[in-house]
Amino acid sequence: MNTRPASINFQGAAAEYGRKYGILIALLLVCAVLSFLSEFFLTQRNILNVLRQASINGILAIGMTFVILARGIDLSVGSVVALAGVVSASLATTAATAGVAGAPYPVLIALMAGIAVGMAAGWICGVLVAYFNVPAFVATLGMLSAARGLTLLYAGGRPIPSLTPEYRFIGTGDILGIPMPIILFALVFVMAYIVLSSTRFGRHVYAVGGNPHAARVSGINVKRVRLAVYIISGALAGLAGMILAARTGSALTQAGIAYELDAIAAVVIGGTSLSGGVGRVTGTLIGALLISVVNNGLDLMGVESYYQQVIKGVLIVGAVMLDQARHKHA
Amino acid sequence: MGQPLLDVRGLTKSFAGVAALSDGQFTLYPGSVHALCGGNGAGKSTFLTIVMGIQKRDGGTIRMRGKEVDFSRPSDALEAGISIIEQELSPVPAMTVAENIFLGREPVGLFGRVDFRKMNGDAQRLLDDLHFKISARSMMMDLTVAELQLVEIAKALSYNAEVIIMDEPTSALGEAQADELFAAVARLKEQGKGVIYVSHRLSEIFGIADTYTVFRDGRYIQSGAIADVSRDRLIEMIVGRPLTEEFAKDNIPTTEPVLAVSGLNAAGWVKDISFTLHRGEILGLYGLMGSGRSEIFERLFGLSPDEGGEIVAFGKALALRNPKEAISAGFAFVTEDRKGSGLNLMADIRDNICMARLQELSSAGLMRSRREASAAKQMIEAFGIKAPNDKLDVSGLSGGNQQKVVLGKWYLTQPGILLLDEPTRGVDVGAKREIYRVMSEFAQGGGAVIMISSEVDEILGMSDRVIVLQDGRISGEVARAELSAAALLHLAA
Repeated sequence: MNTRPASINFQGAAAEYGRKYGILIALLLVCAVLSFLSEFFLTQRNILNVLRQASINGILAIGMTFVILARGIDLSVGSVVALAGVVSASLATTAATAGVAGAPYPVLIALMAGIAVGMAAGWICGVLVAYFNVPAFVATLGMLSAARGLTLLYAGGRPIPSLTPEYRFIGTGDILGIPMPIILFALVFVMAYIVLSSTRFGRHVYAVGGNPHAARVSGINVKRVRLAVYIISGALAGLAGMILAARTGSALTQAGIAYELDAIAAVVIGGTSLSGGVGRVTGTLIGALLISVVNNGLDLMGVESYYQQVIKGVLIVGAVMLDQARHKHA
Repeated sequence: MGQPLLDVRGLTKSFAGVAALSDGQFTLYPGSVHALCGGNGAGKSTFLTIVMGIQKRDGGTIRMRGKEVDFSRPSDALEAGISIIEQELSPVPAMTVAENIFLGREPVGLFGRVDFRKMNGDAQRLLDDLHFKISARSMMMDLTVAELQLVEIAKALSYNAEVIIMDEPTSALGEAQADELFAAVARLKEQGKGVIYVSHRLSEIFGIADTYTVFRDGRYIQSGAIADVSRDRLIEMIVGRPLTEEFAKDNIPTTEPVLAVSGLNAAGWVKDISFTLHRGEILGLYGLMGSGRSEIFERLFGLSPDEGGEIVAFGKALALRNPKEAISAGFAFVTEDRKGSGLNLMADIRDNICMARLQELSSAGLMRSRREASAAKQMIEAFGIKAPNDKLDVSGLSGGNQQKVVLGKWYLTQPGILLLDEPTRGVDVGAKREIYRVMSEFAQGGGAVIMISSEVDEILGMSDRVIVLQDGRISGEVARAELSAAALLHLAA
């Protein structure tokens, strides 16, 4: 516990460098290798494709980052994707039998409904966790099941097709050639980055995750922070659900199954500690991109999709092992 | 004295070319308690980890009963008869005492089934031999911290330990529980065991140790019999410079009340607490563990619900529903459990210092990082926190520096009333003095302090007035002129 002498400061700096940029270096390496293996990889079309594929998982993972930083976990996001998707789609469909009376409504109303559904689901999870002390794993596992059931009930088990072109714009449209999902992902990232790195609320999230007792004694309203992170995660799940529905052209009741796992994977690969208090949203961004790039690369090389799951599993465990090794070293 | 149980000569150890220990010497005789003294970074931990076989030494010899030994694993040391009772215990809470004692070496019967009857019987015999009033069948989670330590001692003896190392064993104990532990140490001595006792608390060392060894800056300084050394001389050896005065106290209390508490209830069982705190005053709050001391602080800081009673601070009646209200009313609370509720160990020095002041260090919800940096700098300088920069994780700091970070966090809120719960626990002698100085200067500068402490010396040295608690009620108040250890203990017990 002495102050560190100068001779090992270099090692310390190297470890710090590794902690900060290790995952970025891994991403760049994978990209470099893929650009050699496939001439198609670095084309504009493929790059946009990779980013678009990363965007839905990326948006979910950013919400998940808030929750995990505050020492929680949100397993419900996949089901909330579907629930928000069908509710907002039912307001934006032109199919008379599938929508609610008076549909299609203006696109803004449909979008706000989807976000509201996500926030409501997040609010319920957050209240259970923060005010009723239900373990986050259990509360959100309950929501995972309940939200899926509500999705099926609401849509009568059938997809909601024929969405209006205005609604479909958020999934298939583009601005200046950049697809909307990517633009939304970028916006969410920038906002999350600012919130976590330079707002008071961001400091509260880190403090609550790092040590809830110390945060409470320091005058931080720990319960409200906990509640807020689940609402954020829910809202972003709602957004992701609508992008997904808009892209496919209809809201499916089985949408988003197991998406929570990919979101958690991106957060963990990005170096955020599952025990809370440590991590950055830039890591999550890179984690989501890495998953997407690896999937894309395997596609390009014609690797069977079953292998892709195995490789993703190895990637998750490998990233965490590296992280552990670094911490032990430092 | 016969042959030493453990004899260590010229032990050296470096980390990345920097000597953490050079020339470590230590001689332990059977049937004695040997205090290992030194500040943070003196090399005690390095010494102990080598003796325990956790780390390899670079040079030197370790002899047990005259035979040279070289442990490469903790299990080697255990087998040779050296056991350690660590500062932070790690029991399996949902298992019984017997299961914990025989963890990993459960006696087995037919078909490899655990022979619970034999295990419980053996464990109970072990506990009874030591006169510990603990049932081998009770669950670890139902025991007090002191009882957990007694179980650890029993466990050490179940390995036939000859040398038992205790690292800050009383840091989580109250006075009554500590006495239980001291009785156990005395029994170990009778049985001819050798105890290496590590503690920052000098009164304990003078109470139970026979001999002492002092390390400082990774070097052996001196050893001898406790009977031949004075308290001041021992402190001088630990700190490495002549002592001016142990308790720095220059504040002069006024008669202007800043806090008036009347008929306060808390935590369901602390009743009818009334007192007044004056500007410039250091008020000691003394009582045994479980007398309701911390509960009063928790209520004053809005951490526990209102159960009746009035709190008036700076002329304003307060509801104090949460810590935020307490902070804006001018309270600051340095909790007893530094790692549990004082610091965010995942974060760096700057974030910890700013943690209670985020509102003022931001505008419109956005943090002003320049203000944060200058606030941290200011506190690092004011408290002499030893760190190369404020982006260093607090988990790597020594106990004393960590406590200064906590103090810095609260100074930043510009409090009028400082609530200190065991402010020098786990802090070395040098840092202790600085904390006393800070306390005194705070009172002198127009603040007021309430200090909880289990160390009678500290209460006697620093308080202008002492309130004594017993079973959740005030049992008496003693002015500085009448302060004595006897008076306090009489009121507390």
